[in-house]
Amino acid sequence: MNAITFPKPPPSPEAEILRAEVREFLHTELAGRDARSKAESWSGHDAEFSRKLGAKGWIGMTWPKQYGGHERSALERYVVMEETLAAGAPVSLHWVADRQSGVQILKIGTEEQKQKILPKIAAGECCFCIGMSEPDSGSDLASTRTKATRVQGGWLVNGTKLWTSSAHLADYMILFCRTGSVDSTDRHAGTTQFLVDMKTTTGMQIRPVYALSGAHHFNEVVFTDAFLPEDALLGTEGAGWKQVTGELAFERSGPERFLSTFGLVVELMRVLGRDPSERAAIALGRLQAHFITLRRMSRSISGMLQQGLEPANHAAMVKDLGTTLEQEIPEIARTLITNEPTAETTEDFLAVLAHSMLHAPSFSLRGGTREILRGMIARGLGLR
Amino acid sequence: MPEETDMLRETATRVFADHFAPRDLGAVEAGHWPQAGWAAVEDAGLTRALVPEEAGGYGVDPAEALSILRAAGGAAVPLPLAETMMASWLLAQAGLAIPDGTLSVAPVLPGDSLFATRDGDGWRITGTASRIPWGRSVGAIAVLAEGPDGMVVAMVPSGGWTVTISTNLAREPRDRLTFDAVVPRAAVGATEVDAAQLQRLGAAARCQQMSGAMDHILALTLQYALDRKQFGKPIGKFQAVQQNLAIMASQTAAASAAADLAAEAVGHGMGITPIAAAKVRCGEAAGTVASLGHAVHGAIGFTYEHSLHYFTKRLWSWRDEFGGETEWALLLGRAAAERGPERFWADMTTL
Ligand SMILES: Cc1cc2nc3c(=O)[nH]c(=O)nc-3n(C[C@H](O)[C@H](O)[C@H](O)COP(=O)(O)OP(=O)(O)OC[C@H]3O[C@@H](n4cnc5c(N)ncnc54)[C@H](O)[C@@H]3O)c2cc1C
Repeated sequence: MNAITFPKPPPSPEAEILRAEVREFLHTELAGRDARSKAESWSGHDAEFSRKLGAKGWIGMTWPKQYGGHERSALERYVVMEETLAAGAPVSLHWVADRQSGVQILKIGTEEQKQKILPKIAAGECCFCIGMSEPDSGSDLASTRTKATRVQGGWLVNGTKLWTSSAHLADYMILFCRTGSVDSTDRHAGTTQFLVDMKTTTGMQIRPVYALSGAHHFNEVVFTDAFLPEDALLGTEGAGWKQVTGELAFERSGPERFLSTFGLVVELMRVLGRDPSERAAIALGRLQAHFITLRRMSRSISGMLQQGLEPANHAAMVKDLGTTLEQEIPEIARTLITNEPTAETTEDFLAVLAHSMLHAPSFSLRGGTREILRGMIARGLGLR
Repeated sequence: MPEETDMLRETATRVFADHFAPRDLGAVEAGHWPQAGWAAVEDAGLTRALVPEEAGGYGVDPAEALSILRAAGGAAVPLPLAETMMASWLLAQAGLAIPDGTLSVAPVLPGDSLFATRDGDGWRITGTASRIPWGRSVGAIAVLAEGPDGMVVAMVPSGGWTVTISTNLAREPRDRLTFDAVVPRAAVGATEVDAAQLQRLGAAARCQQMSGAMDHILALTLQYALDRKQFGKPIGKFQAVQQNLAIMASQTAAASAAADLAAEAVGHGMGITPIAAAKVRCGEAAGTVASLGHAVHGAIGFTYEHSLHYFTKRLWSWRDEFGGETEWALLLGRAAAERGPERFWADMTTL
């Protein structure tokens, strides 16, 4: 797989039929939502919406039917993802589970774990959070210090996870932590993944961490002798590093990495009107050229996933290019309209501009920083 | 189908590798015409790749045909290959015979018009057109002219125009031609193609060429980063250099994806949106890739002796030809605004 080549996405007539259905559903379901809440993009949380999407069969779409899946193609799943994002649907309850946690369980989970959890995810009733980062372990994930120690009947976990999005809402966390001692010859050794039941586990404290906008998205999760039963082990003890890098490839591969501020472009178009200035039209046309190209690349990745490939470097490229675009959009939009966003503003465009500006810095941090992604690409080029 | 694409492009790549080493590129810039190279390109049938089967072509998908130009861009092939392919396509569209030898098209600037008027049993072609690629060198030009009853294509052999020399930054001929030619009736045919469509075909062709040039610049720069040592190690071991190469790789990949979209559009009604988007995106990538390519190469890459400039100069020229980023972005933006925010997303999903 040449990292520079993004093969033509395979045609999928069934995906286009599905698209019309999804649009109609979203049109009805989102009718009452204002522009500001649509701007939440994939951080918007709405249990009822996720349940309805699940009832439609649009979560866990590619998974086997025996686990509540629908055995549809990656390209059909892509249509649901991009349509929900473009419409500003509140997808955060199921997003992480559908994108990576469920996939991980399907790949390496026990039969019991699959049967217990996957149908709930597919129904849109099971929220997952990602327990990777820690106070002293960000980009350098292998330096994790949270530790699970074997005890009678299971494990005791001690340590702190940080920046854990949706931990306060989640049913489960996939926890990445240390189970062996630090090996100076192999820093990836001795790490393991666990399925943590967020509702019943004792010895676990979830504290909100407020984002600069004042919003509560992420948390600190402190484990103090938190007991995990034997069957909380996910995959193989000691294989955590290999597993977590596989999980990260899924985390980075989707259209949410270039559509986070798409809603701002739509609002911008509304205020620019049908006959914008030349300068505004040029800026808008350029943004469209970027969207069209990124969508092509992202669908190409979806085609590769469909073939069973793991295009991690391709995903890193799309995430780097995509988050750059997402971050540029508010910067460009503000130069085209001479009106300052305020905290109280009720005008749609300004409200969405304010929201986008206040969230943009995170786009190139969450899911792996820009520099880390570029490091991966450089490794793919043979430089590291 | 993919195998065929690969075969065509592989043939092209081989022919180009045989004939266009950096030394040959320098000779062409000094005014030498690479006759052997041209003959090999023509013998391999590359010039006819865009001609439909019913007009004597091979019936390859236009997207595959255009991929030859990606290989050509990757070798900085100093020949009117894209232009001969386009002219052959234009002549075939009008039901005209396609001559052997080098060809070009006119006009190429939106403001330029050429005219066809009846002259006895034949036609008289007049008017002035600027920036005609390879105008001074080619054997004939497929002229898209305004006739008394609509657009026509005329096959005008050399001698039918006078030349005011002009060149692009890469020293490729981009001449101002004043036509005054009388051609026989059989050399003129009515056409459905208009200047805007010709512009789009040209843009799609330049996107492929730019994509190929970026492929090559990335490969050159990567190799240089592995070979060149400073502070006791290859400069590619420095993280700052690695990050620059990663940016180049992503921009090159984006340009390649965009250029593919444009090439596919050529075979599907020459849709304006994908082609405009591709020219904007490839043009933008071209600036970044050229700039970082030079940054990593240091002073040696700034010399005439090093081959990097054959590719970066072409990028700087090609991104402006057949419409630069600003023109295409304006078209895109106006069309999107006109259709309104509610259709913005839906329109993109039809591509
Ligand atoms: C909104 C948001 C939501 C998040 N949600 C989650 C979540 O749900 N679960 C979770 O586990 N994590 C989550 N994260 C954490 C995220 O994964 C980390 O922020 C990210 O991995 C970077 O770690 P850090 O913040 O500690 O920065 P650091 O790793 O300390 O990096 C700081 C700076 O140094 C640079 N840097 C670090 N190492 C290198 C290197 N080797 N080479 C070059 N530069 C380097 C980085 O690129 C960055 O610019 C979230 C973050 C945000 C902003």
